[in-house]
Amino acid sequence: MSNLIKSQGPLLALTGLVVIFSVFSESFASMANFAAVLEAAAIPAIVAIGLTYVLMQASIDLSVEGVASLANIILSITVANSVTTTDIGLWAIPLVLCAGLLVGATSAAVSIYVRMPSLIVTLGMWLTTVGMAALLFPDRLPQLLETRITQLAIDKQFGLSWIVYLTLALILVALWVEKYTRFGRMSRAIGENEPVLIMSGIKVNRHKIAAFALAGGCYALAGILLGARIGVGNTQSGVGLLFPAIAACVLGGTLLSGGQGGIRQSMIGVLILVSLRNGLIQIGVDPLLQSALEGAVIIIAVAGSTWHLRRKVRVIK
Amino acid sequence: MTTAFSLEGITKRFGEVTALDNVSLTLNEGEVLGLIGQNGSGKSTIMKVMAGLHRPDTGIIRVGGKVVQLRSPLEAAQAGIGLVHQEQSLITSLTVAENLFLDKPATSTRLGVYRWAKLRDRAKHQLEKVELDIDPFTSVSELSFGQRQMVELAKVLSLEELVHGHLVILFDEPTAVLNPPEIQSLFSQIRRIKHRSSVVFVSHRMDEILDISDRVYVMSDGRNVADRDKENVNVDELYELMVGKQRVNREDRKPRNAQIGAEPALTLKNVTVPGEIEGISLTLAPGEILGLIGVQGSGAETILRTVFGLSDRWSGEIDYFGMPLNVDSPPQAVDKGIGYLPAERKTEGMIRNTTVSENVAITYGWQHGHGAGLISRARERGLIHNWVTKLGIKTPSIGQRIDTLSGGNQQKVVLSKWLFGKTLKVLMLDHPTRGLDPGARSDLFGVIRELADQGLAILLVGDTLDEVLTLSDAIIVMKDGRVSARIEGVQATPPSEEELVKAMV
Repeated sequence: MSNLIKSQGPLLALTGLVVIFSVFSESFASMANFAAVLEAAAIPAIVAIGLTYVLMQASIDLSVEGVASLANIILSITVANSVTTTDIGLWAIPLVLCAGLLVGATSAAVSIYVRMPSLIVTLGMWLTTVGMAALLFPDRLPQLLETRITQLAIDKQFGLSWIVYLTLALILVALWVEKYTRFGRMSRAIGENEPVLIMSGIKVNRHKIAAFALAGGCYALAGILLGARIGVGNTQSGVGLLFPAIAACVLGGTLLSGGQGGIRQSMIGVLILVSLRNGLIQIGVDPLLQSALEGAVIIIAVAGSTWHLRRKVRVIK
Repeated sequence: MTTAFSLEGITKRFGEVTALDNVSLTLNEGEVLGLIGQNGSGKSTIMKVMAGLHRPDTGIIRVGGKVVQLRSPLEAAQAGIGLVHQEQSLITSLTVAENLFLDKPATSTRLGVYRWAKLRDRAKHQLEKVELDIDPFTSVSELSFGQRQMVELAKVLSLEELVHGHLVILFDEPTAVLNPPEIQSLFSQIRRIKHRSSVVFVSHRMDEILDISDRVYVMSDGRNVADRDKENVNVDELYELMVGKQRVNREDRKPRNAQIGAEPALTLKNVTVPGEIEGISLTLAPGEILGLIGVQGSGAETILRTVFGLSDRWSGEIDYFGMPLNVDSPPQAVDKGIGYLPAERKTEGMIRNTTVSENVAITYGWQHGHGAGLISRARERGLIHNWVTKLGIKTPSIGQRIDTLSGGNQQKVVLSKWLFGKTLKVLMLDHPTRGLDPGARSDLFGVIRELADQGLAILLVGDTLDEVLTLSDAIIVMKDGRVSARIEGVQATPPSEEELVKAMV
């Protein structure tokens, strides 16, 4: 039993939340509300996928909000829009994704070759990309006129938008990468014991650059989907993505110390976080109290799930 | 018999310390060489040179008669040399199968994508060799220490398929974490691989060495002092050789007229830390120096760390001046007047990048302040100067960065940290002379004796017998986590070193 709690704690917490909210609110356990939870979870899930490989390697990436905003602006001024005259059609998507990959790879390269902690490098990259987004921003909010992109959020199949299906597909790919590729397996090993890998002749730096590049690509995708949802290009569009993504990973068991967790765990974390927000609204908690409660629940959940790792001389930073 | 591998005139220095001094070693094909020596005698260094982890300063390495350079473990592996680590080289979150082939060419992946089925088959074959009946896809974190040791062995034995020539397999204290049946299974493995490999086997246990080896090679103080065929081995003589040059020069030793208090300062009753020490009882009086000795992993350090509140789980009873001592963390121990000088000076003892004075005043500076948490820089400076003079710390000023000092002076600074307080009653020293040159050692000895004369109770874990014999009033010998002997009146009637070594191994 204790083993079950240890290994499946986050899943039990998710089940518990669903049960509690279902009991206290009639509207929580409805098809419409489950669809709403999935819609709300999609973009945080994409960000968390990218972040998971980075965290498994015991690095961190704070640049999410800047990269997503930058991606959103690049997209909105290169497709058909209400302000600029450029229109490269759907080619904007690969362009934006490449920009994300490039930012991520740059962060990793600086961290590795200048020997700086990823925390500082990506903190700088966050501000840099926010600034770049502001520079690229035209005078007025560009409305997206490219319907093939805005339809992703509007067009629904079985009650769910294409954004949700895209996210589900991405999760499956990410799970496959985690289990079947050398990159995926080595990512966890890097976080656990990098010196042994270096001594074993494994090209650790390549895997690190790959993780940050993939993360950047995921943030850029998040920026595109945000654009599809809000329909305009906005330098603030990425704001608010960082905290839920990191919190979700840690909640699910992808700890910041590296070597633990994985895509499955992070996705459970995303669902816990989104269900919690949704459920608190459904049972009518004072909106002013919501974020305080949310914070408290996160701290308790993480404390519970890492309790068995306590050591006296283990230094927590 | 043909020579499979040889070292010729290998010397390796680390800073001022000479770890290997002109050492030569030959290994014949199909031979098991038992390597013995005390802690710090250079046997691990020899193993690391052979495995490509250290590069020697001078000397030649030959494999099958050809001179080779072993620049990395990978190059050593290509030359057919594999080191069986003590379980710490495994990545616990990966599967057994992945660990087996971690340092080998990636034939189980294609374009970066795993072929799990192929990996399973290859791993299964390797695990069968060591008769380890586990699923190759088990995560290493789920294995016992004994099983992990077997995986380490399988990892090295998979060289058999990769290298065509003769193999050299190095075992660095493989039996430390194994139980008797596992040891027997390891030995049968070693006998099985003898037909195509030579083996070097390090152990602290003499009976094991004599059981498995064809030849015994003794190290002492970085030199080879004996190289005997098994038929010509005399066990008592081996013990004597291991002690070697470290034999104490009796004239040098000034017997201390210890004023030992009647009431014990520290009493341990039946203290157990699962997996490390079992049922330890001892007493330590004010003014007494109690020396603990034992081979690595005997648990002597654990006793110190438990009293200082560093063990996660322990049971038993510790009394402190007649009252039960309930310490759960170092701050509580310090509050009671217990100090601990850690073995790892660089990571646990000193705060690098700061000055001598900050290192001295860090723990007890407040005791000399204005009260209410306000410190007094002026008073501190005066007292620090006193200690620097008293202990003869060679530093240009007390504002000097500690990392610029020599090891001996650093250690004296760390020691001053404890002496700085007004409330210290028990001081525990964990390998206090590690990495110090002879001059600094004898300085430190003087200081330790003086402290005991002033009534401090001192618990000491020493690096060498010499150290413990010189300083201690009583000695406790540890073996496999238990007390194997207690010797009183050490200064008046010193026990013979052979006697101590026998109790240790």
